Amino acid sequence: MSKQAHRWIYPALLLALVTLFFLGLVHGAVRIPLRDVLQILFGSYEGREAWRHIVLESRLPQTVTALLAGSSLAVSGLMLQTLFKNPLAGPSILGISDGANLGVAIAMIYFGAASYLTTIVAAFIGAAVVLLIILGFSRKVSSNVMLLIIGIMVGYLASSVISILNYHASADKVHQYVMWGMGDFSGVSLGKLPWLAGFSLAGLAASLLLIKPLNALLLGESYATNLGVNVRRARVLILICTGVLTAVVTAFCGPVSFIGLAVPHIARLLLGSANHRHLLPVTLLAGSCIALLCSILTVLPGSGNLLPLSAITPIVGAPVIIYVIVNRRNIHYFN
Amino acid sequence: MEKRPVIETRSLSIGYTGRGGRHTVHPGLDLQLFPGELTCLLGRNGAGKSTLLKTLCGLLAPLDGEVRIDGRPLRDYSPEQLSARVGVVLTERTQAGGISVYDLVSLGRYPHTGFFGTLREKDHAAVRAALEAVGIAHKAESHVAELSDGERQKAFIAKALAQECPIILLDEPTAFLDVTSRLETMLSLRRLAHEAGKAVLLSTHDLDTALQTADRLWLLPAISPEGSATPNSSAASDGSTSPLICGAPDSLIADGSLERFFGNDTLRFDPVTRRLVARK
Repeated sequence: MSKQAHRWIYPALLLALVTLFFLGLVHGAVRIPLRDVLQILFGSYEGREAWRHIVLESRLPQTVTALLAGSSLAVSGLMLQTLFKNPLAGPSILGISDGANLGVAIAMIYFGAASYLTTIVAAFIGAAVVLLIILGFSRKVSSNVMLLIIGIMVGYLASSVISILNYHASADKVHQYVMWGMGDFSGVSLGKLPWLAGFSLAGLAASLLLIKPLNALLLGESYATNLGVNVRRARVLILICTGVLTAVVTAFCGPVSFIGLAVPHIARLLLGSANHRHLLPVTLLAGSCIALLCSILTVLPGSGNLLPLSAITPIVGAPVIIYVIVNRRNIHYFN
Repeated sequence: MEKRPVIETRSLSIGYTGRGGRHTVHPGLDLQLFPGELTCLLGRNGAGKSTLLKTLCGLLAPLDGEVRIDGRPLRDYSPEQLSARVGVVLTERTQAGGISVYDLVSLGRYPHTGFFGTLREKDHAAVRAALEAVGIAHKAESHVAELSDGERQKAFIAKALAQECPIILLDEPTAFLDVTSRLETMLSLRRLAHEAGKAVLLSTHDLDTALQTADRLWLLPAISPEGSATPNSSAASDGSTSPLICGAPDSLIADGSLERFFGNDTLRFDPVTRRLVARK
């Protein structure tokens, strides 16, 4: 079954990706025909300047951001699910996003409108601290459910520290932070895009190099060790990789929930296999597609209003998780 | 017999280092595991069978003494080198349900493949041979989660075979199997030892099958707290009080070792039927 699935799944996902990418450029408060969009992209456009501006300065960065952020979050979710042997692990569940949020909140509120690099570093430090806490507990607590609960608690702690910080901050900074906290793919300008692209492509490339140890970890740490895997090193590499991916997306787009949690499940259902050799690339592509879809759905048809991203991703993600949990016995991964 | 042991231990103490310091499960073990033989490790719950197996394959560090593999100290092996010498089948839970049996057995090729784990033709050949050897080739495309307990055990044994190690250690490989699969599994492991010359060591509670199939038995006595020194300080002390008993099944029956090992107030070992029976 899984052997045949590979044949159609990559072309289908690439087709969906391209379709959603152009749909993202066409669809918006102002509808711009595909022909004009293509002409604008390839530089032969001689029509309205406003349209050119919208496509190049607003929609193109937004769709590229969605594409990168979606795959980054989805891949880090997959790596965390394998590492923690838990189908409900994900950057937002384990408190890693909250850690990144806290880092950004400190950077924004204490150091003013910090530069992108500062924001990324702050988000990464926050994410790394939470990851280290979870990792520390993972040695003491053997039950994955317990570990998950610890992650959720750490997330709450980070949120409450953020609330305390907000309480003492000035109104405009709080507003800035709250807006960032809604999650948004449109906040990344063309100028900032290389930063996001650089970090997230580096993280994704690194994740592809981790496919072999990730598969060995499916057998648990003892088996993996017996196969010659340096489990401690693999674990650190996986955590650094997820930390970078989650942090860079959180720094630029704010907290984006459910993509990291739900997309690996969508990918497994599509593929019918938990073998990372195909699961990881499929998760990567599916993450881009789902994020593009969510980004398109934030634009209410017929009006110029934008819904916050954090209102859309749970609508897409939560039903998937419920489906997977209800049908757990019939779906074969996580025996 | 001029065989050289593939695993040899010298005054090996096994146990755990954890909360409250060292906990010695069994001190002073001097063992030799030989190639071309099926060796069964028998002992009561808590005697330290799993601990011994994990120590012999390097998953647990010895508390004292040393393990030598092919004459070379275990601690001198890199994880990669060791993975090509010793393959294991453990009792721990895995999350391999979502991969196919073929993928699972392919993971046994891990030490032999490159950075991305791409299988070459000789790797595929090894995987197919391993699937055939344990008789699970017809399930190659099934998910691991779809297998029965017996089939799953076979799949993990195939994984260890695909690893192409001269030494295979198995922790209770027959624990959840029905009578037929139990005997089948043991016979196929014995064939592996005899035909491929591998050293196969497995722990089991199944005395019957062990007596029928094993070339050699290891009887690991439980250390009673009053029998030796207190668990925390007994590391190097009287290892001679309860050494591991080692020998061919027939000689252990003949010299009464099995009766001394298993017999108690209510049970005795009957050398004629080769079974444990209730005392009248």
